[in-house]
Amino acid sequence: MEQLLKEYLPILIFLCIAVAMAVGMVIASFVIASQKPDSEKVSPYECGFEAFDDSRGQFDVRFYLVAILFIIFDLEVAFLFPWAISLGAIGMFGFWSMICFLGILTIGFVYEWRKGALEWE
Amino acid sequence: MVQAIAFYAFAFVTIAAGVMVVSSRNPVHSVLYLILAFFNAAGLFVLIGAEFIAMILVVVYVGAVAVLFLFVVMMLDINFVELRQGFMQYLPIGALLGLILLVELFFVIGIWSFLEDGSMLTAVIPVQNITNTHALGNVLYTKYVYLFQAAGLILLIAMIGAIVLTLRSRPGARKQKIADQLSRRSEDILDVVKVKEGEGV
Repeated sequence: MEQLLKEYLPILIFLCIAVAMAVGMVIASFVIASQKPDSEKVSPYECGFEAFDDSRGQFDVRFYLVAILFIIFDLEVAFLFPWAISLGAIGMFGFWSMICFLGILTIGFVYEWRKGALEWE
Repeated sequence: MVQAIAFYAFAFVTIAAGVMVVSSRNPVHSVLYLILAFFNAAGLFVLIGAEFIAMILVVVYVGAVAVLFLFVVMMLDINFVELRQGFMQYLPIGALLGLILLVELFFVIGIWSFLEDGSMLTAVIPVQNITNTHALGNVLYTKYVYLFQAAGLILLIAMIGAIVLTLRSRPGARKQKIADQLSRRSEDILDVVKVKEGEGV
């Protein structure tokens, strides 16, 4: 357990450095830069108007289809990681069980390809 | 020592991000805070030694589910100002649900501390000197092969379901036909015409 966490220590150090740099830059820009705000300077002047509305528009549902297909193949990859690590221990049966799994998903992939779900118009 | 500091930092940021998910005005900001919460939860999982779950949390939840949430937020045509009107009206029932959840959590923790050998229930890898992912891989594809194949079938059904529900063919939309483009020859489409002087084509 201790050993495991020791291996993650470099990542933690990098994380600390990243957070420290990000926070440091924001704080430094507050402290060092001279700031004399007045109401005209901080108003949204360049575009001429105050915002009327939300900037969000509706997306086409096709983006959602692409995202959900991405999730499915992402999960497939998640199954591949432990298989790749312990392939030596699980033998031929484990190998073919994964090939069968990939075959099932390939059926879905062929279906999706033939249906034209990957095509953009 | 470092472990304790890391735990409190991750836990604090997770909870703060969770609060911001609920209370943020812009739903897109909520999704971004959700991603932050996922990352910190992954850090917590690493701290208890569940590194595979931490990895999956980053790969699947941050990479895919958060994107999906973002798309859902962008696709729904909800007026969020109008939606927020009933805040006080729904506050009692929301508070009640939160209270029930809190009581349930206390039950879980309480029962756990009453048990003689409560430590038996914690997730400990039975085999030492082996990584988490390794231990999972040793049983998932052989011992639990039927469940594994069932997972594959569920993914297949999800794929087909997503296509059936969202794919609609639009008449009149022009698609790129690469085969047609490649098989086009210059002789078929290009004529060289001799133009007589002073007459035009």
